[in-house]
Amino acid sequence: MSQLEIKNLHVSIGDKEIVKGLSLTIKGGEVHAIMGPNGTGKSTLSKAIAGHPDYKITSGEVLLDGVSILEKEADERARAGIFLAFQYPSEIPGVSIANFLRAALQARLADGEEIDASGYYKRLYAKMDLLKIDRKFTSRAVNDGFSGGEKKRCEILQMAMLEPKVALMDETDSGLDIDALRIVADGVNTMRGPGLGVLLITHYQRLLDYIVPDYVHVMYDGRIVKSGDKTLAHELEAKGYDWIKKELATAQA
Amino acid sequence: MKPPTETDILPDPAETAVMDNPAVGIDQSAGNFSYNMEYAFDAGTGLSEDTIRYISSVKKEAPWILEFRLKALKKFFSMPMPTHWATKDLKNIDFQKIRYYLSQGQKPKRTWDEVPDDIKKTFERLGIPEQERKFLAGVEAQFDSEAAYSNIKEIVSKQGVIFVNSTEGLREHPELFKKFFGKVIPTGDNKFSALNSAVFSGGSFIYVPPGVKVAQPLQAYFRINAENFGQFERTLIIADEGSEVVYMEGCTAPKFSTSTLHSAVVELVALKGAKIQYITVQNWANNVFNLVTKRGIAHEDAEIKWIDCNIGSRLTMKYPGVVLKGERARGEVISIALANDGQHQDTGAKMVHAANNTTSNIVAKSISVGQGRSTYRGVVHIPKHLKGCKNNTECDALLINTNSRTDTYPAISVRGDKNSTQHEASVSKVSEDMIFYMQQRGLTEGQAMSLAVNGFINDLARQFPMEYSVELKRLIDLEMEGSVG
Repeated sequence: MSQLEIKNLHVSIGDKEIVKGLSLTIKGGEVHAIMGPNGTGKSTLSKAIAGHPDYKITSGEVLLDGVSILEKEADERARAGIFLAFQYPSEIPGVSIANFLRAALQARLADGEEIDASGYYKRLYAKMDLLKIDRKFTSRAVNDGFSGGEKKRCEILQMAMLEPKVALMDETDSGLDIDALRIVADGVNTMRGPGLGVLLITHYQRLLDYIVPDYVHVMYDGRIVKSGDKTLAHELEAKGYDWIKKELATAQA
Repeated sequence: MKPPTETDILPDPAETAVMDNPAVGIDQSAGNFSYNMEYAFDAGTGLSEDTIRYISSVKKEAPWILEFRLKALKKFFSMPMPTHWATKDLKNIDFQKIRYYLSQGQKPKRTWDEVPDDIKKTFERLGIPEQERKFLAGVEAQFDSEAAYSNIKEIVSKQGVIFVNSTEGLREHPELFKKFFGKVIPTGDNKFSALNSAVFSGGSFIYVPPGVKVAQPLQAYFRINAENFGQFERTLIIADEGSEVVYMEGCTAPKFSTSTLHSAVVELVALKGAKIQYITVQNWANNVFNLVTKRGIAHEDAEIKWIDCNIGSRLTMKYPGVVLKGERARGEVISIALANDGQHQDTGAKMVHAANNTTSNIVAKSISVGQGRSTYRGVVHIPKHLKGCKNNTECDALLINTNSRTDTYPAISVRGDKNSTQHEASVSKVSEDMIFYMQQRGLTEGQAMSLAVNGFINDLARQFPMEYSVELKRLIDLEMEGSVG
């Protein structure tokens, strides 16, 4: 079973420290939700783990199955099994989803190995059927002119094809209407299983009604300040984040 | 010919990974080799009347051709370098240090077995005989100044199609040749068309009889083998009424430390209702000055389409044009240019509307990598007295790095109120976020760049015959692989 361990992680953008000592372990089969107000470092955490060059890890450790990934380039981390579902996925004009995914899978093969085209399309179509995505979708250029919902569905399809060990899902619910949210959540739920650990980053409880987490963490000012089970999410929904802020202020006083 | 399928334009990481592309390099793996040749005919170094007389005499030309050449030489010497609008780099060409004519003989062989060994090996390494077997109606393979091999499939020659080199064309079909030669591009059109008119050798002469539709493409391959050499082929294609032909040309040269000059003139004549498609995929080494004049005349209901793909060279200046002479004639230029470090692609298109209801379309895409520079120059002319003319111009530039450069100089003059034109231009940059996104899916930085560039030109690459779009994709992969740290 895979495991992602984040140990006392500090992340800066430029000179500004955003993540200030965060520790979390995600095991295969577990779904962790990180909630918190805007600007507390949730997205920074996911991008830093994925290896975005603008996000500097100043101290701490990130281990995938016991091996540090911090010396690896973003593409090496991806091939090792880290998947980031982007909040704002990039558009790649002229490159179809089918070709993009094929290139991504080809990049995982050893030199000289060639992807089997018919097997690839068979698998792609099976995943699309599972996610209830129209087959015409894959001939469109990646995210080019997509609606918010289409972009997120495209992320889920990529995740299904690339079969990561750990998926970091950054505000996957943002910009989705309720129907799109349901489709995306169904997709994630079908992928749930011992082979996959999930970190759900979300602002709202709403997503967690559809993807029910095993653990809920509250992030505030670059740290996890409270952890619990799914009931914590409901408590936050009812009381708002101010409740956490007050609690913190009391504890520090 | 079937259009490229989606899967054909996919980069092949396994293939690109094994290639060692130098930082400023063009694909040297396929084209960068040369043989030490003993040339039977050599006009020596430098340019004078004697050079012209030598070339004309070894070709045993008719007196009118020698006269034509000498007149052109005078014109060439009298014209200034066009550095008032073009790059100053042109001044670095030393015309007295170039060799103007090198060959093993003036008569091309009809079978590969008869071609001298080193020349045969050259074209085999470039894959020409194989392509000929697979999908071409005829091939002409030019080695320095003359065609070493020229052949056309029997089924095509039986239809009356003529496909020979220009030397043979002038000798064996003088009436046909003379009627159109120099009529589309006059000697004094520009300094380099004058130079070509003085020293031209090789190139293709094609005539397609009325109503004949040549099913497979005819191909010419232009290979420079010698150092300090100038290649000046002259191509003339005549498509008679209602006929159709596709012509493809490929070009390579080894990388020498000194510069090489390639200055061709290509004239196309599409008579009433005829269709000519002219496809170029050039991959010059980055010491080649590539200064080419290409133009076609489209008569009534005729169609001329240039598909022009420029990779490599130190400087390319090329603006394929169509003169829309007859009513309802159509002209099109599809242009792709990739400028890497130390390269300047100065390309574009010319559309001259000279009859009612004529239409023209220009789609130009350029990619600048590292310190590469690309320039688009376009001329569209629709005079006031015409009606129902339409032009569409799109030029898109993609910058890979912050120090890349692109310039656009469109000149569109549409007069009168019964014509229409559309012009769109865009400049985009491959963003860091886009590259990160692709890397996050497992692609290396080089693979990501390559995919972004292939995506940028995808809609144009689809218009290439499949074999050429695969080649184009491979060349782009190699360029991009060498462009990232």
